[in-house]
Amino acid sequence: MEIASIANVQGLTAIAVGIILGAGALGTAIGFGILGGKFLEGAARQPELVPLLQVKMFIVAGLLDAVTMIGVGLALFFTFANPFLSALKG
Amino acid sequence: MATEAHGGGGATGYIVHHLTPLSVGEGFWTLHLDTLFFSAVLGGVFLLAFKYVAERATTGVPGPFQNFAEMLVEFVDTQVKDAFHGKSAVIAPLSLSIFVWIWLMNFMDLLPVDLMPLIGSALGLEYLRVVPSTDLNATFGMSIAVFFLIIFYSIKVKGVVGFGKEMLLSPFGKWMIPFNLLLKVVEEVARPVSLALRLFGNMYAGELIFILIALLPWYIQPVLSFPWAVFHILIITLQAFIFMVLTIVYLSLAHEEH
Repeated sequence: MEIASIANVQGLTAIAVGIILGAGALGTAIGFGILGGKFLEGAARQPELVPLLQVKMFIVAGLLDAVTMIGVGLALFFTFANPFLSALKG
Repeated sequence: MATEAHGGGGATGYIVHHLTPLSVGEGFWTLHLDTLFFSAVLGGVFLLAFKYVAERATTGVPGPFQNFAEMLVEFVDTQVKDAFHGKSAVIAPLSLSIFVWIWLMNFMDLLPVDLMPLIGSALGLEYLRVVPSTDLNATFGMSIAVFFLIIFYSIKVKGVVGFGKEMLLSPFGKWMIPFNLLLKVVEEVARPVSLALRLFGNMYAGELIFILIALLPWYIQPVLSFPWAVFHILIITLQAFIFMVLTIVYLSLAHEEH
């Protein structure tokens, strides 16, 4: 349980958390951009459908967010309750 | 979610303290008393409030509470009519319960971070997490219940034989049964898992950001906490809505007969 291996595990965990959060944010941002763009296009074509389209847009937005949020939850789990660290200490 | 020792002091200790649930027992039989208590209390609030409205409902000019309840019921009814293509008396009440219950659980996240734990420690409770939907146990409990409902209705509508045929023979024919089974099992299991984790991830991240904002000096806090709280109002409504809509869609697929 020396300080060097603990620091090693923590450092790599920090990098991994950063990658998870960054990649998730990237995917979600691009997805929302495309989704919003298509919604605006559709709204411009047929303004009378805007309420209907808005509801559908929110549904798809929730689905887009899903895996990103799973990633966020996992990343936060590794930040505050790192199982690799407890395996090292225990 | 087991954390390491309550150590780390200072900022990390504060965060870890706020993320530790009030639990009894150990291993598989750990019970998160705070999750159980708050989800039960909020369910009771929902039932009592709507019972009150239903008893005093009038066909004349409605009061504000009746108006609100009718708005909610109509909203859920529209969603069910749009997405559900079977016949069932259970779907609409189920959807309303899911929507309002999850919304109430998520709403607990808008209370100040330290308020309930302080009240809790005045009552002798060391940890108190007041948002049940930040607990994997609560979200998985709900999504596993939905999973059982999906299987129940699949078997009820298609029969055991029909259900078995669907599991073994779709999407490819009878020469690829193991592959079909694998695909179908993954698809079926992915539904409750994604339902639970989507809600959990959103709420856990939201709660964590509130805790992180609470660590900042008092004069900086309102600049960050107010916009985040407003955004979070959208998130709690959206997540409750998504859970409800996906439940309706999955149950509609389970009611499908070819």
